Amino acid sequence: MEKIYTKNQSNTKEVKAKPETIQFLLSYSKSLNITEADGLQFETNLN
Amino acid sequence: MVVQVEDSQLVKQYILGDEKAIEALINRHNSRLTGFIYSKVGDRELTEDIFQDTFMKVIRTLKRGAYNEEGKFLPWVMRIAHNLVIDHFRKHNRMPMYNSKESYNIFSLLGDDRLNAEKQLIKEQIDTDLLRMIKELPEDQQEVLEMRIYKDMSFKEISDNTGVSINTALGRMRYALINLRKLVEANNIVLTN
Repeated sequence: MEKIYTKNQSNTKEVKAKPETIQFLLSYSKSLNITEADGLQFETNLN
Repeated sequence: MVVQVEDSQLVKQYILGDEKAIEALINRHNSRLTGFIYSKVGDRELTEDIFQDTFMKVIRTLKRGAYNEEGKFLPWVMRIAHNLVIDHFRKHNRMPMYNSKESYNIFSLLGDDRLNAEKQLIKEQIDTDLLRMIKELPEDQQEVLEMRIYKDMSFKEISDNTGVSINTALGRMRYALINLRKLVEANNIVLTN
């Protein structure tokens, strides 16, 4: 029987955010601090 | 066997201060969200910007404790991204590009009445926002508004169908519009295309 060799040719390329973007978001998350005073919320970024 | 922690569990952990949880959430939904944004804007750099803005908003909302558990995490994130895409198109539309070098452009004569992809997207957003707000109105006002606007019925027909006087129907319509305006203001929604 004839052997059929097929190659998986996928034309779709997975789009993903760059590692730098992810790293930025993680740093942003770590630096963001929310404080509450008199029912008001304040955002502070501790870089 | 790898057990995958539910999104809701990761959200809880993150709110309690576990920074690893947000990393897991971002990585888990990276591809799906990037693909979603890219399918709308078709530009790699812009996709990256919107992805970043989306998660910055997610992070702020979660840290402020303003996230409600009603819906699921991913649809909520997608919705934020979707709104940011619309914001981008709205801003973009305010700054149209003109090519002054072209003395004659056939497309200025050939019109296309159909909405383009951006406007279609904005229209869908407006329709969804509007429907959501209508659902918040008291039932009697909702009924009159739907009959008048969506079914194009006259106030006489509305009166006959609901068993109230024309004046009552008119009053309900008036209050429905007043309440809708209040809801638009309260929710900071832009209803223009």
